[in-house]
Amino acid sequence: MRDVVIVDYGAGNLLSVERAVKVAGGKPIITSDPKVVASATGLIVPGVGAAADTMRNLRERGLDRVISAFIESDRPFLGVCMGMQALFDISREGGKHECLGVLGGEIVRFPEEAVVPHMGWNIVNQVSEHPIMAGIETGFHFYFVHSYFAAPTESACVIAEASYAGVNFPAVVGIGNLMATQFHPEKSGPAGLRLYQNFIDLLS
Amino acid sequence: MLTRRIIPCFDVDNGRVVKGVSFVNLRDAGDPVELASQYEEDGADELVFLDITASSDDRTSTFELIQRTAEQIFIPLTVGGGVRSPEDVRRMLESGADKVSLNTAAVENPDLIEQSANGFGSQCTVVAIDAKSTGDNQWKIFTHGGRTRTDIDVIEWAIEVTERGAGELLVTSMDSDGHKEGYDIPLLRAIRDKVRVPIIASGGAGGPEHFFFFFTSGGADAVLAASIFHFGEHSIKSVKDYLSAHGITIRPVN
Repeated sequence: MRDVVIVDYGAGNLLSVERAVKVAGGKPIITSDPKVVASATGLIVPGVGAAADTMRNLRERGLDRVISAFIESDRPFLGVCMGMQALFDISREGGKHECLGVLGGEIVRFPEEAVVPHMGWNIVNQVSEHPIMAGIETGFHFYFVHSYFAAPTESACVIAEASYAGVNFPAVVGIGNLMATQFHPEKSGPAGLRLYQNFIDLLS
Repeated sequence: MLTRRIIPCFDVDNGRVVKGVSFVNLRDAGDPVELASQYEEDGADELVFLDITASSDDRTSTFELIQRTAEQIFIPLTVGGGVRSPEDVRRMLESGADKVSLNTAAVENPDLIEQSANGFGSQCTVVAIDAKSTGDNQWKIFTHGGRTRTDIDVIEWAIEVTERGAGELLVTSMDSDGHKEGYDIPLLRAIRDKVRVPIIASGGAGGPEHFFFFFTSGGADAVLAASIFHFGEHSIKSVKDYLSAHGITIRPVN
């Protein structure tokens, strides 16, 4: 069993992520302790809710720096939904909020006239190769819930895209061992579980 | 492209499904956990549990049920019925629900919508609206499972709850619920024209062609259906096949 540390920063329930990790063959460890995060082999930052709350919760617990340092060390990292958006420079959700800045770019809203949240199952199209997508065919559906999306400075980090309200946006980003999904793989049936399995396979 | 969702709904009383079901392959058709797994396999895009347990003192069975179900399925689960306080919302979410649906309590205490949206996020705050026509493209809100009429205008209420932070609306047309004669399309259309959050249409889905009309003429993002699937007249797959053949984008059943 490979240990997977799941960061608990007080944003919603982590049960489904924990369960998905278990089913995919990992041993989930839920923690808000920066020391446990710092010494993890593999790290998952899940999350729902607003960007400002997320960043405040991470900072208050001293988790923002250890997460950045963890990613810097090139150990396998998976961000999910808000855990992906937090990786970028700035979020425009409810103002202008500084995020972790591990990836260049901003988090911006779908067009004014769009029905938001973008909620439900959408097709994910792979645009570049990455082990996180092993066995996941282009055109598989994943479950999304979000009103903002990532606009990266460099498109090189985009592994897969989805399309909504006339916008093509990153559904999966990744550079080496840094990976993140805008959708919720833990709510996306067998394809989502495969993604968690791919992540766990990267842990040595 | 975002697919339209088909969402089976169960009425649950003291931890058991109470609406009639006739699944032949199930050991126990009254067990919501087994039904939930079966529906996930059959291609349900989400699931809704409506808790109709009479005594609010006896919610323990509901929380246990949510937990057991959430351990089995990997699609979103919404729970509604008897949610009165932010504490109720928290307990539902901690038990494993992904979204919580507010109905009567939101009408009696609209602040609950903000409390849920600000505390846990709009993405998990669903407001259920029970609407009945009063003629001339006007509808009033009903509460307490449809037993109590209010003077609240449905369209105004839909706008208000969205402003207060509801991330999704679950709209039941009481004029068509259970009759299987199709939905009150003008109601759906009137709400769709005024609010920009996803809408789940509920009530009156008697056949695949009704789903088609909800999605096209009504502009619904999702359709909630109970008896059509429970009685085995149609499967989720047969409904999705029909919709797909008629140009509606759905998530294919594996």
